[in-house]
Amino acid sequence: MIYDAVIIGAGHNGLVAGSYLARAGMTVCVVEKNDWVGGAAVSRELHPGFTYSNCSYVSSLFRPEIMRDLELPRHGLQILPFEGGAVLTEDGDYLGMHRDHDANRREFARHSLRDSEAYDRYARDVQRHCRFIRPMLMRTPPDPARFRPRDVAELAWLARKMFELPEAQIAEMIRFWTMSISDYLDQYFENPVIKAYLAVSAIIGTALGPMSPGSAYVLLHHYMGDVDGNVGAWGFARGGMGAVTKALTASLQAAGGEVRMGSGVDRVLVSNGRATGVVLDNGDEIRGRRVISNMDVKRTFLKHVEEKELPGEFVDRVKKFKIRGSSGKLNIALDSAPVFPALPEGSTHIRGDLHFTDSIARMERAYDDWKSGTFSRDPFQDVMIPTMIDPTMTPPGKHFMSCFVQYAPPKIHGGEWTDADRDAFGKTCLDQLEAYSPGFKDRVLHVEVRTPRELEAEVGLTEGNIFQGELTFDQLLFNRPVPGYAQYRSPVKDLWICGSSTHPGGGVMGAPGRNAAAEILREAGQIKGMRDAYPVL
Amino acid sequence: MLTRSSEVIVIGGGVNGLAAATRLAREGARVTLLETAAQTGGAMAARGAAGDMPLAHLTPGLDPRVAKGMALETRGLRFHAPLRDTALDLGGDHRTVAGGLASGADAAAWATLHQRLMRFASVLAPFRAMAPPRLKGGGNDWGALMRHGLGLRAIGAREFRELLRMVLINAADVAEDELNDPLLQGLMAHDATQGAWLGPRSPNSLILYLNRLAMGAQMRLPVGGMGSVAKAMTEAATAAGVTIRLGARVAQIETLEGRVTGVVLDDGARLLADHVVSAISPKATFLDLIGPRGLETGLLRATRDIRARGATARLTLRLNAAPNFRGADLQSRMVIAPSVNAVEEAWNPVKYGEVPKRPVMEIVIPTATEPELAPDGGHVLSALVQCAPHDPAKPKAAKTAMLKATMRVLEDYAPGLGEMVSATHFLMPWEIEAEYGLSNWHHAELSVEQMLFNRPNHATAQYATPIAGLWLGSAGSHPGGGITGAAGWNAAGAIIRGKAV
Repeated sequence: MIYDAVIIGAGHNGLVAGSYLARAGMTVCVVEKNDWVGGAAVSRELHPGFTYSNCSYVSSLFRPEIMRDLELPRHGLQILPFEGGAVLTEDGDYLGMHRDHDANRREFARHSLRDSEAYDRYARDVQRHCRFIRPMLMRTPPDPARFRPRDVAELAWLARKMFELPEAQIAEMIRFWTMSISDYLDQYFENPVIKAYLAVSAIIGTALGPMSPGSAYVLLHHYMGDVDGNVGAWGFARGGMGAVTKALTASLQAAGGEVRMGSGVDRVLVSNGRATGVVLDNGDEIRGRRVISNMDVKRTFLKHVEEKELPGEFVDRVKKFKIRGSSGKLNIALDSAPVFPALPEGSTHIRGDLHFTDSIARMERAYDDWKSGTFSRDPFQDVMIPTMIDPTMTPPGKHFMSCFVQYAPPKIHGGEWTDADRDAFGKTCLDQLEAYSPGFKDRVLHVEVRTPRELEAEVGLTEGNIFQGELTFDQLLFNRPVPGYAQYRSPVKDLWICGSSTHPGGGVMGAPGRNAAAEILREAGQIKGMRDAYPVL
Repeated sequence: MLTRSSEVIVIGGGVNGLAAATRLAREGARVTLLETAAQTGGAMAARGAAGDMPLAHLTPGLDPRVAKGMALETRGLRFHAPLRDTALDLGGDHRTVAGGLASGADAAAWATLHQRLMRFASVLAPFRAMAPPRLKGGGNDWGALMRHGLGLRAIGAREFRELLRMVLINAADVAEDELNDPLLQGLMAHDATQGAWLGPRSPNSLILYLNRLAMGAQMRLPVGGMGSVAKAMTEAATAAGVTIRLGARVAQIETLEGRVTGVVLDDGARLLADHVVSAISPKATFLDLIGPRGLETGLLRATRDIRARGATARLTLRLNAAPNFRGADLQSRMVIAPSVNAVEEAWNPVKYGEVPKRPVMEIVIPTATEPELAPDGGHVLSALVQCAPHDPAKPKAAKTAMLKATMRVLEDYAPGLGEMVSATHFLMPWEIEAEYGLSNWHHAELSVEQMLFNRPNHATAQYATPIAGLWLGSAGSHPGGGITGAAGWNAAGAIIRGKAV
């Protein structure tokens, strides 16, 4: 049989693209190298009775339009908004966070009266930038170097949208996009702990420090999602992040799509300059009228397409695509709930994200370590205990803790990670936890330590970069992944890309997959025009 | 409105103040230029604090409009041949670079990269010679904007795409992607970040390199030293009818109902004026000379948000003999920045107010080109040392440590140099601020978020300010610093055009 679409990789974007295409009446086959679906949005039982969200761990960015289009709630997806969060400081104090703006304001006032007032202004300004950028997520970027009607129209749309704003706001927005989060926060706040808490979203997953220009944009990238219309809010997927991809798979199958697990793609078949299918590692051939890769751009074109099929300049650009990994992760099974003595008893802070880095300078120093090719002795950790809200993941009374760690380099001291390096990295993080939660290590039943090496080996993310490519302007919008190829097409006819390497980038957002499907359907004549909101179909 | 009877006061007699004053006087205005120091020239004049050397030791060449408009050549201003660059190597295997030509195995790669970057610089350069565009509303020179905008696209689809990709990229990635020679990579990393508040791995650093290329790919030494530029410009100003008052420190800019009325000097003298052009730091202009009480909240906040951290230290050494940088050409501009990482590692500690172990630097020995500059023989070594902390917790200790680290690096590259030193002048960023009023080398950091219509901030980017009759015209305004006079010249143009409005 010849499928209408063969999709490489059952990550969330591949499944989103597949579901849209299947709903449009195409025959779809998604191939996955692992014995499970999900890519980096998975729930896995790595310790008996404990479900881990062992890669991505929180949800907010997933586009609500896609959830509705693909009826994910009907297929079992439930997002539980979390509240709370705190920074535990070196001197034994804490900055506690809440879901409510005014509650945060009161807590800020405990640290700085001036900052609590600035928080209103800050929240308003950041919200403004979010509102501007959100509609762009679901549109194919124009190619500014071409004069086709669709590119000109799209550029005009962008310009019109920009010029709807007052002049001072346009100027301010351009400033914001190019600044470092450290400089940006300095314009509002004076308290180092408050600044440290707010800077977190600007560094998660990126190979930038909080003092690097351009990091303020990354903050936006993490702020522009929502949970049930609550913009900027974050939540847990009930049952772990795998619930997202499980629901997507169910939606795909309900629309007639297939998923084949257990054998990865060896190479994309190309004949006469057109993609005609894939050959699997086990030798099977799957024929398709088009092939859509959910793998990152480097993996797709440098490992699975023969170089002779691609223009030299394209290959050169793909080789220079920046995809440096910067994060590691600890997944921990706990015998009982950890206690953080600094937090008031019975407070809700433990239900959110906990941090131990109480100044931007400490985050930046951790980044300096990454630049010099090693993990930090004073790492930044984003610690979550989803089981505080979602008890389905562990046996009663036990907990699952997810610790996202910045920074971990793709190579260590210029060489490959060894198991000893990985264990030393894990120990550093556990020691930090123990320092803020005495007796913590005694509660630990099992730890999984993941460095960029493990991420690459298991999920297939090159260099362990969780966004399938850095989120800097030279790799955003019409530059993502490669200038001239930002519209989900590749130099090979009928070979498409739909992963986070494409606009609008990483995070469990689904937008790249949906946009790629929209482009495919547009080319097939099934839909017309650009739509930034649902429904595509 | 500028008329023949307009009284104009220009604050600050540096390169931009002199350029603005002259252009306005030639329009017929009665211009008085107020300079705090005992001589004009600002960073171009030797003041003793930096020894025999002025603060600035090289120029990319004056803006051609300024050089021509002030007839500097007929006033005797001459330049030595453009300087070659030498990327110094510890082992003596130096690379020399003159524009597109580099020595060593990487010559072809350098030439290709240089050519491409020069192409980008040449289409961006015209924007330097005009007021930054307003994003909405009138007042733009639409003809010029269209012309320059089309120029960007005229380089062809492929190059245009590359320009869009590279315009906000970091210099380190470009250097490492396109070059193989660590010394050339280091040279590029150094030049991209010189005088700025970022490291080569910081996004948005390549555009600073493009800006530098747009001013001139090779730096120059004026005959007779930088003082000759100051001298020729001062002569031109005087000839145009500018009244120059030295030792005149402005204490306050006076305003009435949102309009400037004049200035008060620190000796109490009051000077009336229709227009005041500030060619000093924009921050000092608003925060010190007008004061928070005279500013509307938004403008006050925007002014405070102007970032002006400086990471450049200034070293001048009197030497009793010619130093030997392992055979390097002493008449060239020598750069110690052995790799991208060397620059990045020097930058790291500055973020926390600490001193780097191995600073990177640019070295010029003007006396090698022009021995007469050292009347009693010997040599002068002049260096801009990068990555000095701006506001360390212990300034005195930081200065000692910085000088020590600098001398150690110099001694490594030129063994025996320490023995030759007969006098040392070393200024840390805060001393440069106290002496010259420059908290950052360019008054406001040169960075993308403070460029074009955001330089120094949105409210004051077109040289006019919300206070009628008050204009900005320092390096803190578009297109920024470097001894070119472009900002002052542009500011005067804005005032003159204001005449027609």
